Amino acid sequence: MTKKLRAVIIGPGNIGTDLLMKMNRSDWVEPVWMVGIDPASEGLKRAAEMGIKTCATGVDGVLEHVIADDIRVAFDATSAYVHAENSRKLNALGVIMVDLTPAAIGPFCIPSVNLADHAKSKEMNVNMVTCGGQATIPMVAAVSRVQPIDYGEIVAAVSSRSIGPGTRKNIDEFTATTAAAIEKVGGAKRGKAIIIVNPAEPPLLMRDTVHVLTKSAPDHAAIIASVNAMVVEVQKYVPGYKLVNGPVFDGNRVSIYLEVEGLGDFLPKYAGNLDIMTAAALRTAELFAEQADCGAFTLPERG
Amino acid sequence: MSIQGRKITLHEMSLRDGMHAKRHQISISQMIEVAKAADDAGMPWIEVTHGDGLGGASLNYGFAAATDEEYLSAVIPHLKNARVSALLLPGIGTIDMLKRAMDCGIAGVRIATHCTEADCAEQHITFAAKTGLDTVGFLMMAHRASPEKLVEQALLMEGYGANCIYCTDSAGHMLPHDVTDRISAIRAALRPETELGFHGHHNLGMGIANSVAAVTAGANRIDGAIAGLGAGAGNAATELLVAVFERMGVETGIDLFKIMDAAEDLVVPMMDRMIRVDRGSLVLGYAGVYSSFLLFAERAEKRYGIPARDLLLELGRRGMVGGQEDMIEDLALTMSKNA
Repeated sequence: MTKKLRAVIIGPGNIGTDLLMKMNRSDWVEPVWMVGIDPASEGLKRAAEMGIKTCATGVDGVLEHVIADDIRVAFDATSAYVHAENSRKLNALGVIMVDLTPAAIGPFCIPSVNLADHAKSKEMNVNMVTCGGQATIPMVAAVSRVQPIDYGEIVAAVSSRSIGPGTRKNIDEFTATTAAAIEKVGGAKRGKAIIIVNPAEPPLLMRDTVHVLTKSAPDHAAIIASVNAMVVEVQKYVPGYKLVNGPVFDGNRVSIYLEVEGLGDFLPKYAGNLDIMTAAALRTAELFAEQADCGAFTLPERG
Repeated sequence: MSIQGRKITLHEMSLRDGMHAKRHQISISQMIEVAKAADDAGMPWIEVTHGDGLGGASLNYGFAAATDEEYLSAVIPHLKNARVSALLLPGIGTIDMLKRAMDCGIAGVRIATHCTEADCAEQHITFAAKTGLDTVGFLMMAHRASPEKLVEQALLMEGYGANCIYCTDSAGHMLPHDVTDRISAIRAALRPETELGFHGHHNLGMGIANSVAAVTAGANRIDGAIAGLGAGAGNAATELLVAVFERMGVETGIDLFKIMDAAEDLVVPMMDRMIRVDRGSLVLGYAGVYSSFLLFAERAEKRYGIPARDLLLELGRRGMVGGQEDMIEDLALTMSKNA
């Protein structure tokens, strides 16, 4: 048996294609299928050119191949509206679902913070929160693991070119999902998220700011050490993740200023917001694969 | 072109844009007092919200002295004729917050995006228009978009259901001919029944002149703030707008003496500093920077020793947009490391 987990990517758009390019370099996850709904889609053509099996009839079209092709993990880069159905069908065949949509039917997953817990509890569906969440929640958690925080707030600034119509039509879902994950994964008692779209040309790199309020006076040295350690953890899957300034201390306020540069696989480097999603999703599946390989995690039984 | 005989609708900003100049610390009793005076003077619309709109209360922009709901539900019952609007910036405020503001009795909402990002407001404008609220699409930092681009964005907002579009000079950077070009292009493109407004800042001393240019070019709603109480060098002063438009034969329905008394007796004494074109606000206008950045840049100057002027100029060069207040401390830190 090969150690690599075999994967299907649902949604051949920018995210799906970028994910495919990253996955081609992975030691732990092997892309096998790309699923779309439009036979004329550029993304499906690109995937076929890269030697991946393609299917233009949605998730239903790939179900019959799941067992034969030993598909173990699925990445859903479609929309919140169809995700639940996609997940139900694939879970039933023993395929673990990594959700890149805002559907969030499974628990939130921020790899550097809580991925190991999900692998332990054998989650069949994990949600990758939002780009702003992936970039900032590690820092909220870096402070909350030092001392309790009453409030966590993040500001994600993304270039206009890097955010598509789906996000624009669902800005409230972005802020609500991110705020919820700041609480659940970041460990803040109350979370708030702000997103800013900046049209500057040439496009600006993704910038993220994290402000937290600690319950008691912040332990400067411990927080600085924890933040620096967390930056290294995130850089393992997002090399362009950078602490630009901070932590800055002002009373109980702690502020951390970040920048996320993408790898420039399919998406341009300024689109660090998209890159951090695909990198985090892949990292998630890789950990499941590593754990399965060393026997710490048993893949779902095949029925 | 004479504008004599035209009727326009003024919209009072001191209790929303003025929140920036007051670090969002206007008290509930001050809100009530000013709103009642404006109502009594005949002001048809008053905006009451955190300076950054619903949900603006944050570490990034500052927490206000009270919540939006507390302000709205305190002010609205005191008003006889004036209607109250809230501001909402998608990405900061949400439809849930708008619903709570509606429960407090707002009659209108102004949904604001950067001038090139109107499609981020689709869900909010669509929702608001269906509820029957007076729904305004508010295109901020309008100097950063050409008249053609602004027309395209205005049409998007109109298409989502906005019954009024605003060309918003958030940086106080525009000169009268910039206003004329933009307002006349938008007016020509919108449906005749869609209203058109202008929101000015006085950073280059053009608040009144730009408002006159806007009306001349076809705008019928104009924002003003009593005594100019607004971000940067403030908004076009309401009492000045009333006096100037009266001299031009334009009907605002507002009693000049009552509104000038409100300015002198109520609003000026509330000010933490004189609202005028000082060095900082002049730089905002000159460099085309979002007006609410002013106090943040001054605080960063105090803490990090980098002149506010240098910060504001660099923020302008970097193309920062409304809401990116976090980038001021970030820039000050970077500049102080490199100094």
